[in-house]
Amino acid sequence: MSDHRLPERDRPWMMRTYAGHSTAKASNELYRGNLGKGQTGLSVAFDLPTQTGYDPDHELARGEVGKVGVPVAHKGDMHALMDGIPLGEMNTSMTINATAAWLLALYIVTAEENGVAESTLQGTTQNDIIKEFLARGTYAFPPGPSMRLIADMVAYTVERVPKWNPINICSYHLQEAGATPVQEIAYAMSNAIAVLDAVQERVAQELMGKVFGRISFFVNAGVRFVEEHAKLRAMGVLWEELGRERYGVQDPKHLRFRYGVQVNSLGLTESQPENNVQRIVLEALAVSMGRNARARAIQLPAWNEALGLPRPWDQQWSLRIQQVLAYETDILEYPDIFEGSKVMDGLVAELLEGARTEMAVVAEHGGAVKAVDYMKAALVDSHRERLRRIEADEQIVVGLNRYEDSEPSPLLQGADGGILTVDTEVEAQQREAVAQWRASRDQAAVDDALKELARVAEGDENIMAATIAAARAGATTGEWAQTLRDVFGEFRAPTGVGEAAAAADSDAELAAVRNEVERVSEQLGRTLKILVGKPGLDGHSNGAEQIAVRARDAGMDVVYDGIRLTPSQIAASALQEGVHVVGLSILSGSHRELIPSVMEALRERGVDVPVVVGGIIPEADVEPLKVAGVAAVYTPKDFDITKIMRDVVTLVAERNGVASAA
Amino acid sequence: MNGAELGERLRDGDLSAAPAVLNLVENRKARGEVAALLHAVAPARLGGEARAHIVGVTGPPGAGKSTLLSELVRAWRAGGRSVAVLAVDPSSKRSGGALLGDRARIAFDPHDDGIFIRSTAAGGRLGGLAPATRAAAHALAAAFDIVVIETVGVGQSETEVAEVADTVAVIVQPGSGDVLQFLKSGIMEIPDVLVVTKADLGEIALRARRDLNAAMRSLGGRTKVVAVSSIAPPSGIEDLIAALDEHRDQLDLRKARTAARRASALADFAAEHGERGVRELGGRRAAADFLEQQDAGLDVPALTAALEGLRA
Repeated sequence: MSDHRLPERDRPWMMRTYAGHSTAKASNELYRGNLGKGQTGLSVAFDLPTQTGYDPDHELARGEVGKVGVPVAHKGDMHALMDGIPLGEMNTSMTINATAAWLLALYIVTAEENGVAESTLQGTTQNDIIKEFLARGTYAFPPGPSMRLIADMVAYTVERVPKWNPINICSYHLQEAGATPVQEIAYAMSNAIAVLDAVQERVAQELMGKVFGRISFFVNAGVRFVEEHAKLRAMGVLWEELGRERYGVQDPKHLRFRYGVQVNSLGLTESQPENNVQRIVLEALAVSMGRNARARAIQLPAWNEALGLPRPWDQQWSLRIQQVLAYETDILEYPDIFEGSKVMDGLVAELLEGARTEMAVVAEHGGAVKAVDYMKAALVDSHRERLRRIEADEQIVVGLNRYEDSEPSPLLQGADGGILTVDTEVEAQQREAVAQWRASRDQAAVDDALKELARVAEGDENIMAATIAAARAGATTGEWAQTLRDVFGEFRAPTGVGEAAAAADSDAELAAVRNEVERVSEQLGRTLKILVGKPGLDGHSNGAEQIAVRARDAGMDVVYDGIRLTPSQIAASALQEGVHVVGLSILSGSHRELIPSVMEALRERGVDVPVVVGGIIPEADVEPLKVAGVAAVYTPKDFDITKIMRDVVTLVAERNGVASAA
Repeated sequence: MNGAELGERLRDGDLSAAPAVLNLVENRKARGEVAALLHAVAPARLGGEARAHIVGVTGPPGAGKSTLLSELVRAWRAGGRSVAVLAVDPSSKRSGGALLGDRARIAFDPHDDGIFIRSTAAGGRLGGLAPATRAAAHALAAAFDIVVIETVGVGQSETEVAEVADTVAVIVQPGSGDVLQFLKSGIMEIPDVLVVTKADLGEIALRARRDLNAAMRSLGGRTKVVAVSSIAPPSGIEDLIAALDEHRDQLDLRKARTAARRASALADFAAEHGERGVRELGGRRAAADFLEQQDAGLDVPALTAALEGLRA
């Protein structure tokens, strides 16, 4: 036997596709299809109402039901979702955070009612709330109670559902929000510390080894795949160190850094979207090529994510990428191919040094929970720097700011425009279905269960037993979450934009726009004021934040209310604040319902100002939005934000009869 | 935009006039109309001082002002009182633009017509009040039950807010010794109500409250110190409202508002004509003495015009 070959080829990682849409039944068909194609685990995408704890008939759910994932409102939906799938054998990953305890409870009850014991269940609940405050926005409760829910789940599963990963610490979304590799490592590790510290208070010390061993990570990998691989090696080093030194973990099995991955979506382009395929392949290499830091589970985005929702065929293509890597290439035949590499060791050392410094800063703020404001502002700044480099051509993105000329793509020429559209009837059906569910259950049992849930929430007992009992009784997602909202209170996370540093003075383009803003403001009599808002439940606020910061740097007064706004909230803000223009951002695909609702709400209040929209808006939807009164639509290919600002000033000048500059 | 008409709507208690009122007072090119508006809500037209309780809420960044305000607004609305919040944000000096983020932290029901929130950039006057904010407070006081002026910082802003507000509440978090230092050294004027947030911190908050109480007594003030927590379940909010109401009840409103109008007139004059203009009046002291002799019921633009007449 030689030491440059493995005696036996490694088993491939678990292959998943992040999937779910429309209804539990439709998603179940999709899952069964994917499993038939060789997928080895499930990755459930829930829709935003489910993720944020609202039933399909809640006002905030409007336009969002079944869009970015599957709606699961009660145990009946979970039964339909998992129909025919052997829960005792399946490994199910759920992208669920604020409502993780509830969805796990529904999963446990569904298994139980199928005769499968909870002790056999395998899978992962994402459950990393800090990154929701930082980057993803599907939080429901304030930080304190949120951390308690997580700790309760860890304490429960470690004893009762031992093969479950109760939390997946996510660095994925940090990179999507603009994190540098150093920030990604440091903030993820700091988040892990916050969780472990919270759990330590709620479990016996002798269980900490087991607890540590059940914590897994969910990471990102960008196209700079060599450095990205080094990042994962660095995380492994830090994780082991943390276990040994901070939590006294001894067992090497418990100390191993385990991670799943979804590779980068931020770098995927709307222009020449076929280029995304090679980006995805390279990113997949970052997490698979070095054996010492190889992913346990991989899910790849689809080539057309920047255009809209992927179709089953698009997802199949991504699965096939994994299969080619695992079954055709030779990467699984060797021991770690970077051992002894000067380059790799050097990169790892560099990242470790940076990450340790940044972790110390977070610790100085009092840990990750207290440092949310700091980290959020740092991410907004990093993202802005990234955009600046792309705008200034310092960072090349093929097909976006270099080699932009392209033959027409045959991939986009089908009748569907190359994306999936969710039937708008789905929402109405789900609204009706949940009402029927409520009408058909034993209401007294539900009331009792929710009362008990409230009692437990007010005290200090583990929340899981009462949650599972409520699931069993037939309570809904919205009822569970509302009960806890009533006890814990609601919360709005920091937006990070207030603290963002000002732009460099050297930017000539921006300076020119600033002069124009000043000129128009003088004519208007007061400073040009813009409202930047995110209607709906979509928490991906990076784009809106960058617009808000740039608008400020261009000299405008900016009202940014953050995420999760109803159309009437946006209209009320626009009216009360006296803004000259409204900018809306939506990435969840709910623009077809929500934008017209906002326009209507503005009209009702007599607010007659131009509205511009940005987000993942398929070409086919642009015209209808304009018919609804939208002045301009921007999509990911409009990467030059300063230019958007110039458009906005011009628009305001035109609408207010301010003459254009001589 | 017709200032007199807007003033009439405010006099009639029409809260929906508020957005247009703010658009007007913020308009630098509409001085004449602003004067007409303020004239229309002057004590002579109202038959007395405007009904609202003008409350200044100020304190250092991170003290929990917005979260507390959120709870206060909720409680005031529950008690049937209409509320206007004027949130003053510091601007970015370099670009002249500003991110007005406080609104996001104040929870409000968009269908509730009894609540109005407007954010304004301080306009480069660090910690100070924009002229528009003063005018807005004077005007909205004719229609709303409560007008809140929220500013960031300790020191200058608190002094300027005190000129306009009937009652000033300074918000501090436990363990902020700087506030104590500011008070003792006289950098900061003694507030009417001192609010210690984060009462959920227990012992730390209690100790902070004790220390501040002792300090206030040693300074000879009659400041109420109230401990609140905005974290669910909120506590101390009713105590705070009672403390604010009590202060207002003991106030000689006519005297306070007259002083506020005179201070605003001088501030507006200085904003318009600069320090040089003030020197031409013989300095601040002389200008203030001159204003003292004017009719107590005169509105701000009338007083400002009188100062301008004096200068000419």
